[in-house]
Amino acid sequence: MLEFTIHNNNDTRSGFGEGLHELGKSNPKVVALCADLIGSLKMDAFKKDFPERFFQVGIAEANMMGVAAGLTIGDKIPFTGTFANFSTGRVYDQIRQSIAYSGKNVKICASHAGLTLGEDGATHQILEDIGMMAMLPHMTVINPCDFHQTKAATIALADHHGPAYLRFGRPKVPCFTAPDQKFEIGKAWHIHAGTDVTIIATGHLVWKAVEAARILEAEGISVDLINIHTIKPLDVQAIVTSAAQTGAVVTAEEHQIIGGLGSMVAQALSQHHPCPVEHVGVNDSFGESGTPDQLMQKYGLEKENIIAAAKKAIARKK
Amino acid sequence: MVHAVNSGHPGGSLGCTDYIVSLYFSHMKVNADQWNMDGIGEDLFFLSNGHISPVWYSVLSRRGYFPVSELSTFRKLNTRLQGHPTTHEGLPGVRIASGSLGQGLSVALGAAQAKKLNNDKGLVFTLHGDGELQEGQIWEAAMYAAHHKVDNLISAIDVNGQQIDGPTEKVMSLGNLRAKWEAFGWTVLEMDGNDMDAIDTTFNQAKSMTGQGKPIMILMKTEMGKGVDFMEGTHKWHGVAPNDAELANALSQLEETLGDY
Repeated sequence: MLEFTIHNNNDTRSGFGEGLHELGKSNPKVVALCADLIGSLKMDAFKKDFPERFFQVGIAEANMMGVAAGLTIGDKIPFTGTFANFSTGRVYDQIRQSIAYSGKNVKICASHAGLTLGEDGATHQILEDIGMMAMLPHMTVINPCDFHQTKAATIALADHHGPAYLRFGRPKVPCFTAPDQKFEIGKAWHIHAGTDVTIIATGHLVWKAVEAARILEAEGISVDLINIHTIKPLDVQAIVTSAAQTGAVVTAEEHQIIGGLGSMVAQALSQHHPCPVEHVGVNDSFGESGTPDQLMQKYGLEKENIIAAAKKAIARKK
Repeated sequence: MVHAVNSGHPGGSLGCTDYIVSLYFSHMKVNADQWNMDGIGEDLFFLSNGHISPVWYSVLSRRGYFPVSELSTFRKLNTRLQGHPTTHEGLPGVRIASGSLGQGLSVALGAAQAKKLNNDKGLVFTLHGDGELQEGQIWEAAMYAAHHKVDNLISAIDVNGQQIDGPTEKVMSLGNLRAKWEAFGWTVLEMDGNDMDAIDTTFNQAKSMTGQGKPIMILMKTEMGKGVDFMEGTHKWHGVAPNDAELANALSQLEETLGDY
């Protein structure tokens, strides 16, 4: 158990690029917009093969969100591409009014989320985007964990009607999920069954949670491991079912603890199954320059932090 | 409408009445009784300065999008006629929420480009306030429209020279609007927005200039509060409702509007 075939080390943004390119071939309604970051978002292939359905907007993200909203009037399915910071905070009011409140079928696709952006520093390392987007009524929020899951999520979004936020990143991380997976929006992936502690992880923290679970299992601690890729709508049933069995929960995410997966899980559990919950995430802080690995260590987002949180949660049971 | 709920924006609404009436009754090709969001084959209109919803709702209802009697629900609980226009309540004729300023031009550009992708010959019209031009997104959209040659678009700016805190010249000067829009690569026309014949002529001219690789902007000089003497030419009636006596006075100057709903 907890053994996976590592297909390769690849970036989740490339999963988005491949998924988008496949959608270009399979769905003529799909159009793409980019704010001067085609290479960073891996949108080159779509642009090359479907130039009439690709819109360069320049460094003008507010306009991009509005144009995307407008393209839905005429039955297009727009996918916008820029960094996560410029996909959310910079254009929050445009998303709120022209996309979310207007119920437009726009897919906001955001790369370079979180600390793993690395050396560019805190201006670009957004750690608040999940919270901002999840607060918008009827906004779907997805944070996939590897190349294959990101590609599958991208493809699934075209068949999902309504505004959605897809968050992915820059670093190459182990690609361990199945290449032919069916991505079900809103359905948690139960990676491993266990009885002592539940670990709930999203995004880049999922692989670190797998590594943590292996070590915990080797120490005799039985781990119930869940991947929440869809943060909204949250699979409350999967979380509550697991917590009812283990009685102790850890959340892990590359995001602020406040307003992210941790907050949402704690909220669900406080209502349906109160139990000890420990959070691995950024604790009310901005990031800084450094390598992705250095930053994940400094800000406490490593497997060691997940292990420590699991033991703490278990101790609180007693 | 505004008086009945003691809230709303009468000044800008009155100034733009001629424009919106002309658009919906003389110039836009619409299927009001077969409303659908995508408007394939139709001309589309986007009201970017959503606060002048009273005049838009009035025109939409009379054009047949929804019953005139529904105007009496304006701004009331559970209404489809929200203070600022929205798609959220499913009001026919509204394709985007507006109210937070500066966003409508971008949306209209997307809709115009969708028409091009669909080989749809319909045109897209937009209206913006002059104060709204202080929003940066407008200029992002202006640049985009020219770059992408969005030439199935006819925009208009309500140049009434007023905004909430006073005359635009005092609050934040707009400068030479013709020069600005021309510099951004647009074809610029000017008209008196309170003269029906001038509006008709300018719309015909603008429509004849579509399909030539450039977006079109109409600078439309209007008077805020037009038709009601005590509301004319001042920003004071931007977002204030008339009281009983003021309503009676206003309606006595515009007898054709009596007995609306």
